[in-house]
Amino acid sequence: MAAAPESTGTGNRLLGWIDERFPLTKLWREQVSEYYAPKNFNFWYYFGIISLVVLVIQLVTGIFLTMNYKPSSAEAFSSIEYIMRDVDWGWLIRYMHSTGASAFFIVIYLHMFRALLYGSHRKPRELLWIFGCLIFLLLMAEAFMGYVLPWGNMSYWGAQVIVSLFSSLPVIGQSLVEWIRGDYYIADATLNRFFALHVAALPLALIFLVIAHLMALHEVGSNNPDGIEIKKHKDAQGHPLDGIPFHPYYTVKDTVGVAGFLVLFCGVIFFAPTFGGLFLESPNFEPANVLQTPPHIAPVWYFTPFYAMLRAVPSFAGTQVWGVLVMGASVLIIFFLPWLDRSPVRSIRYRGPIYKVMLAILVVSFIILGVCGLKPPSGIYPMLARICTILYFAFFLLMPWYTKFDSVKPVPERVTGHA
Amino acid sequence: MLKASVLIIAGLLLAGTALAQEEGGPALLSAGTDINNTESLQRGARNFINYCSGCHSLKYLRYNRLGLDLHIPESELHNLMFTSDKVFDGINSAMPSDAEGWFGKQPPDLSLMARERGVDYLYSYLKGFYVDKSRIWGVNNLYLPSTAMPHVLEERQGLQKPVFKNEKDDNGSARMVLVGVEAMTPGAMKPEEYDQFVRDLVNFLDYAGEPIKAKRQSMGIFVVLFLLVFFVFAYLLKKEYWKDVH
Repeated sequence: MAAAPESTGTGNRLLGWIDERFPLTKLWREQVSEYYAPKNFNFWYYFGIISLVVLVIQLVTGIFLTMNYKPSSAEAFSSIEYIMRDVDWGWLIRYMHSTGASAFFIVIYLHMFRALLYGSHRKPRELLWIFGCLIFLLLMAEAFMGYVLPWGNMSYWGAQVIVSLFSSLPVIGQSLVEWIRGDYYIADATLNRFFALHVAALPLALIFLVIAHLMALHEVGSNNPDGIEIKKHKDAQGHPLDGIPFHPYYTVKDTVGVAGFLVLFCGVIFFAPTFGGLFLESPNFEPANVLQTPPHIAPVWYFTPFYAMLRAVPSFAGTQVWGVLVMGASVLIIFFLPWLDRSPVRSIRYRGPIYKVMLAILVVSFIILGVCGLKPPSGIYPMLARICTILYFAFFLLMPWYTKFDSVKPVPERVTGHA
Repeated sequence: MLKASVLIIAGLLLAGTALAQEEGGPALLSAGTDINNTESLQRGARNFINYCSGCHSLKYLRYNRLGLDLHIPESELHNLMFTSDKVFDGINSAMPSDAEGWFGKQPPDLSLMARERGVDYLYSYLKGFYVDKSRIWGVNNLYLPSTAMPHVLEERQGLQKPVFKNEKDDNGSARMVLVGVEAMTPGAMKPEEYDQFVRDLVNFLDYAGEPIKAKRQSMGIFVVLFLLVFFVFAYLLKKEYWKDVH
């Protein structure tokens, strides 16, 4: 590295020695100290870094949990109680991990909502968006398998319900389900393989995807609340006029955001780790019981919007497969967002009223779906779920038209202000 | 726009949590337990050993953990234990493992019952027994219909009788609906004494469900306070750095 400062200090000599053999300074500069990010990031731009913090929390606490957890149907439940009661600080590690799972989804949902607000999925960030969607998909698999591991009664019956969904697929359904379970019902073999996937395969894939997500981000550069390219206006050194180096400006700013997140996160861990039965469900304090279902089987809250869409679709032509297909489509359709959006502008600041209304409808119907998925399918809930499923898909499927015809405001050349 | 959407989301989330907690059946009584009241926990432990441990175990709670947390010296701890138990054993019951034939159901381990059902449910349940000659033990329960458990605390509480109300069902025909219970014959304890007796017991079960709970909450105050102070300093540092961003 020719640019490395000439110095006689031991630290700098060591750095020089490394730089001749590994691009440490080069990487630091390209990715951090000379990565220029728009100066006008607002509140919504904290959730990327916070999701990275949660990922690290999950990885580290997960490693410590595996040191005492026993992945067998005979011992799993007791080993969790052993962690909660007899392992030093085991309760804290376990609550961090269980709260971290819910926090991950809260943060990711807000992170995705940010993209919808400011058009972060639009060209040239399509691949960045797709990597993000893949992360979301893997995260759902990771969370589902992790939820089975405590081997409580809700773990067991939740897994039973979700895995058996695949049996509605024509021809291959039944053998596919047996292949997933490794048995004729959810059993020791299932628990053991879910453990392997949860602690090794999926986290590895997640880490690779997160790296790809960040590489794509740093290649195209960050979007911003105005949805304009800061690279259009550069100074004499070639740095964007509206950009500031990620370090130190955003490292100190993100520290504030992460601290704020940790206040809430620790508030839940120390004062409401079950979060009223939403983060840790009460029936899961009973060991898995093959002979007795919980009074009402529902997935954990972060899956309930999709679960509600599954249940909203009535069986037709003698099969339930339509609901499964609709649920699959509700996740996969998110991948296509960059090509569905035809608006000439990116940010909601310069979009017309139709997009604002559609986005509000999406958010409200997604939350109502979440509530419907938690409730037994009776009373007003099935109808509510059907209406909201239609509204959810309307946001995506009608997007090519309403974004095209929606009015837009003039977009500024340079970013407006900074927070 | 942003503030409005944040408000909407927050409101809906709150509504969602409220909805998630509603349930059918008669309204539960409020247990009014306090996990920090060590004397109540000690009385609850004594009540449990005297009245419950004949049938119910607390297999995840070790005697020595109980002694440490509830400030019971080891010499006294032995009064609570079966003679064959070691102090590091979990709290066992005297019930053989094939008791299903006696009750129709093996008496469940109660280590996590407070976490599974909540303290209000346990408190209500223990106050909800009423005379029902059609049941094998002569009692039924307002909060757990057709319960398999006899009214073990009958000698303490006395007996209660059911209160019915006449209602019209959807077809217009009259039917009796169980709406509550009322005292029938007195027990050895006054109603307030029995309430306190059950409250102590439920408080102890709450402790047994999560022995770290009291410590967790008191520790949490310091953790959150530290993070709030850290938040302020982080904010000041950010403000200092961002002075030169225009």
